[in-house]
Amino acid sequence: MRAVVTVIGKDTVGILHKVSGICSEYNVNVIEVTQSVLQDMFAMIMLVDISAINRDFSELVDRMNNLGSELGLSIHTQHEDIFNSMHSV
Amino acid sequence: MLNVYNILETIRMIQDECLDIRTITMGISLLDCIDTDIDRACEKVYEKIVSRAENLVPVGQKIEKEYGIPIINKRISVTPIAMLAAACPGQNPVKFAKALQKAADTCGVNFIGGYSALVHKGFSAGDRALIESIPEALDITQNICSSVNIGSTKSGINMDAVSLMGKIVRESAERTADRDCIGPAKLVVFCNAVEDNPFMAGAFHGVGEPDCEIHVGVSGPGVVRAALAKYPEASINELADIIKKTAFKITRMGQLVGARASELLGVPFGIVDLSLAPTPAIGDSVAHILEEMGLEQCGTHGTTACLAMLNDAVKKGGVMASSTVGGLSGAFIPVSEDAGMIDAAVAGTLSLEKLEAMTAVCSVGLDMIVVPGDITPETIAAIIADEAAIGMVNSKTTAVRLIPAIGRKEGETLEFGGLLGSGPVMPIKDKSSAKFISRGGRIPAPMQSLKN
Repeated sequence: MRAVVTVIGKDTVGILHKVSGICSEYNVNVIEVTQSVLQDMFAMIMLVDISAINRDFSELVDRMNNLGSELGLSIHTQHEDIFNSMHSV
Repeated sequence: MLNVYNILETIRMIQDECLDIRTITMGISLLDCIDTDIDRACEKVYEKIVSRAENLVPVGQKIEKEYGIPIINKRISVTPIAMLAAACPGQNPVKFAKALQKAADTCGVNFIGGYSALVHKGFSAGDRALIESIPEALDITQNICSSVNIGSTKSGINMDAVSLMGKIVRESAERTADRDCIGPAKLVVFCNAVEDNPFMAGAFHGVGEPDCEIHVGVSGPGVVRAALAKYPEASINELADIIKKTAFKITRMGQLVGARASELLGVPFGIVDLSLAPTPAIGDSVAHILEEMGLEQCGTHGTTACLAMLNDAVKKGGVMASSTVGGLSGAFIPVSEDAGMIDAAVAGTLSLEKLEAMTAVCSVGLDMIVVPGDITPETIAAIIADEAAIGMVNSKTTAVRLIPAIGRKEGETLEFGGLLGSGPVMPIKDKSSAKFISRGGRIPAPMQSLKN
């Protein structure tokens, strides 16, 4: 089972560190990271493995949302199925 | 690796373009709750609904978190209550409405639909008593929706029922006049009602359906409008293709959510209703899609053609995205629930007559239309008869949800709040239809060949 963490917002120091720190805390393995900075807008998409997650997935979602509010970023944590089903036949 | 563009597109649809799952609706059969003792029947109704739906809201919330997609409503539809009322002659069916309200409160759902009767060919035991109790039921409950089917392509239109519904709609408005006439906003009069509709106020659980199942209604007018806005010079068939592709994506999400809900609740998956359901929120309007196609304002000449194309393209795109499609499936045009429709009605561009024409090519009917407070029951009945005739002849579902604004006239507004929005009082004809309505009887079923 995999999920996608998407971070969009103004670039600041330590975004990747903080997001991956939370992943580690929940025993969520980071599989792949794509990130780009256009002007000073930061966009990162992180594919993570949630099969060994040590708490409920919804707690991870809330935790990421809270981090997003703290940093003034938009952080979405979604099961990968939504993207697979919407964009492939 | 997933495609970055696709991920960002999905997030933009949800965050900026109001994409959501409008409803997951659990259909529950109450046929095994029938009892000659109405109090015992009400207890069984309450127990059955709560036993099946107690996890509906938590499961809905869990799925919202998993996929990051809002699920706006969690609802329940039940067997038409007239069938239960039939076993309890002489009793007030409002007791069932109270039991349903109690079940809605316990389960935390937004609405329970099914305070309904099917009388398209005639009244059976329980039907008349239930219909006559509708104004009281809608007055004393908050989350119960009612519907009455008064016609069908196979059986014609029951004009006695039409006449009765004219009175019921008016009485329901009068009883709730102190609350912006909210009563009739929860009451739909159908022709060709469908048995697996997840949308309110017309949802009920048909007798041909399984004991319990999950339906999903998707929504995404904002997404369709935004997709069209990227192609200002496209021809109409190119627009149709864009709508199909967008509808496919929206419906796939509905299918995913429905399948997941069915798995978590241990209940069979019913249908996905392919509908574009607007809300009063900015950017969530069906009227604005039509305006994006090139109309200065919804309701002007060309509106029916644009809507016909939109409705058809949504179905074509959606059908392939889901294993089982059903319900009403089409674009909804509820006036008070659509910011663009409200503007068009206030400006006078959108009239009752144009709306009637639009309903011939889309789902579902004259919906959430506020009419002057001095409207007579006969005029309401005549509007219902006109709309039912369109459904009957064209073999499609049509419905009427009119709200007589008691004590108000043209130029004034009713404010319902929430998803029901607000509606300007729309003008009606001042000539009487009373003689026609007073005749009663039935309009015979129409020819299904020699169509012209």
